[in-house]
Amino acid sequence: MNDSNKHPDQATEAAGLKSRPQAPRLAVFKFASCDGCQLQILSCEDELLTIADQVQIVHFLEASSHFEEGPYDVALVEGSITTAADRDRIRQVRQQSRFLIAIGACATSGGIQALKNWGDHHEFSRCVYAEPAYIRTLSTSTAISEHVTVDFELRGCPINRLQLVEVIQALLRGQSPRTPRHSVCIDCKRRGTVCVAVAQDKVCLGPVTQSGCGAICPSFDRGCYGCFGPAGQPNCESLTEHWIGCGRSPVSLVPLMRNFNADAPAFREEGDRIDPDYDQGHVL
Amino acid sequence: MGWGEAEAMAMSRQETLANAASLWLERSTLDELIRLLRGEGFTVVGPRLDQGAIVYGEIERASDLPRGWTDDQKPGKYRLENSGGEAYFEYNVGPHSWKQFFFPPRLAVERAKREENGGWTFSRPEPSDERYALLGVRACELAAIAVQDRVMMNGPYVDREYAARRESALIIAVNCTVAAETCFCTSMGSGPRCQADFDLALTETEEGFVLEVGTEAGWEIAARLEHCEASPDQLASADRLRHRAEDQISKEMSNDGIRDLLLNNLNHPHWDKVAARCLSCTNCTMVCPTCFCSTVNDVSELAGDEVERVRQWDSCFNLEFGYTAGGTVRNSIRNRYRQWLTHKLASWHDQFDTSGCVGCGRCITWCPVGIDLTEEVEAIRQQPAKRREVPLPQPRPDACVVPGEAAADQSNRPRSVGQTIDDRQRGASDSAEAQQDASIADGGTDRE
Ligand code: SF4
Ligand code: SF4
Ligand code: SF4
Repeated sequence: MNDSNKHPDQATEAAGLKSRPQAPRLAVFKFASCDGCQLQILSCEDELLTIADQVQIVHFLEASSHFEEGPYDVALVEGSITTAADRDRIRQVRQQSRFLIAIGACATSGGIQALKNWGDHHEFSRCVYAEPAYIRTLSTSTAISEHVTVDFELRGCPINRLQLVEVIQALLRGQSPRTPRHSVCIDCKRRGTVCVAVAQDKVCLGPVTQSGCGAICPSFDRGCYGCFGPAGQPNCESLTEHWIGCGRSPVSLVPLMRNFNADAPAFREEGDRIDPDYDQGHVL
Repeated sequence: MGWGEAEAMAMSRQETLANAASLWLERSTLDELIRLLRGEGFTVVGPRLDQGAIVYGEIERASDLPRGWTDDQKPGKYRLENSGGEAYFEYNVGPHSWKQFFFPPRLAVERAKREENGGWTFSRPEPSDERYALLGVRACELAAIAVQDRVMMNGPYVDREYAARRESALIIAVNCTVAAETCFCTSMGSGPRCQADFDLALTETEEGFVLEVGTEAGWEIAARLEHCEASPDQLASADRLRHRAEDQISKEMSNDGIRDLLLNNLNHPHWDKVAARCLSCTNCTMVCPTCFCSTVNDVSELAGDEVERVRQWDSCFNLEFGYTAGGTVRNSIRNRYRQWLTHKLASWHDQFDTSGCVGCGRCITWCPVGIDLTEEVEAIRQQPAKRREVPLPQPRPDACVVPGEAAADQSNRPRSVGQTIDDRQRGASDSAEAQQDASIADGGTDRE
């Protein structure tokens, strides 16, 4: 790609990576997570080949055992912080990286494992592990932004690979990434999917969930699970009160709020509001 | 062709021309009509069952239609039901609207490609040459199409794609014989009777169809169908069923001074009440047959050598839709709901000389929390502000007035869709000013 038609302002240090003499160095780091978002990176192989001369992937253990030390131009961080060691490691990653991008529900809100934030993690360990004494874990699972400054958060459980390509592309060009904050409903309507809440009485988080998946679940007759976290200015209370008004019990709605993005503030507050005494431990 | 020879056809045509609104089709002729239209190269689109609702999609034969089905609609609720009858059209409007065919949800409007020498070539995709025959268009939907015609192609800026699809389309209307709880076309002057703007219009009775012909193109189709003159009995049944629909309409919205009412009450406490319920999810605008907002983005592949400029449906309920340099102008649900309702029912009059609402009730049914705009208007009407809170933006008399109707317009009395829909005479520059005016009014009313 040549730079001749780029406005000089865009080629500033802060704006992007394209003006660097060397192809920018990209690293991928994993914290507490299922690796699904890293798999999404791998499934971008065609796109990554297209820009092979524009970025160097120097640290991506899921793909290659060869890795280089920092500093890095871009760090993609998957996973949440659940141990003291990871709390230290994310600080090192931050220090070594110019742009730190948190990817996925775990990195942006603590992930499904943030359910432990409502329980007693010692008890969870006792139930799961034969020798819980070997387990050293924090009592919470938290988003990367709770620990270090994050330059951009890419939502999703897992992330949408097209949005990832958009983010990388934007970084290379010195633009800000375009990842909409509107509801999933727009996507349903654009693709002609009939509302499963209105037509089939299915509980759906779509109206308060950020777009990103392209409205997959409603197109398969399922309500939205909220994989991309709360949309911009979500009105969760109105939605849950509507369902309660339609005869659903508050206790049945808490698990909907406490899902892949349980600890995202809007979902957390709404789950806590509808049933403050909900016993998260009872699922064990 | 039932009548066979050209002579007989010409004779029948003359006969029936003299007796417009009085043809009769047997029920089985519907299939013939669909096959005829397809044979003429039309893509026939109409109601069909899908995803637990009656949606609009391609129709290949009469059996694709939701025969024997009806719908039960309430705020925030839609259910399919067996009608217990044989009718093809015994239901009301569903989640889709015809705008999806003229104003597609996603459309590439421009392309750019980088050449070897580093320069760019730009190209504009040709408009679609698809010819749609819309089968089953209800009265409120005819009114909605007329509203979108004004916005998309009868003003100074013509949407090429819309115009191409719209002008080549054939419209086969259907008179409603039932009405949903959410219907209020009678309040908006748009229905339930199809009055004009169709090529053909059907009224389905227990035995068959009474057919009305609206245009020359409609004649050409009708003349090739097996038909006869409708008997007084057949006409009476059609009339009775159309009246049944009208009698079933229970929802009302008073349009009396609605423009001033809303614009005078921009700080009414009721906006906070509705904002507490509204999810700002955009569903009402997506399903509304007159809403026309879109967003345009440049989408490129990773190498950046090919770029497509894509237009997609968007909504004033989208937080990012009001994002301009310096921030988001409608940064709360209250402001976004108010923007929608005041545009639809008030400033639309200034901008397009018609209400933006045709009373189809879709926004009521498909709102996930069942917000009903007629109730929101009524709440404000019950306790309007004592005095004017902000100076009312005045429509410029020369900007949006139909010649000869200046007096009516200066009194700011909104007219119903049905009354204004036929006006396509307004000059191009007038309309541009009207738009400009409305956008000033909009900006003025929107910032807090
Ligand atoms: S609003 Fe009127 S015209 Fe539209 S579907 Fe209902 S009854 Fe028919
Ligand atoms: S505002 Fe609602 S009732 Fe009016 S035309 Fe739009 S969807 Fe139909
Ligand atoms: S009025 Fe209803 S459909 Fe419209 S944005 Fe609000 S909640 Fe969504």
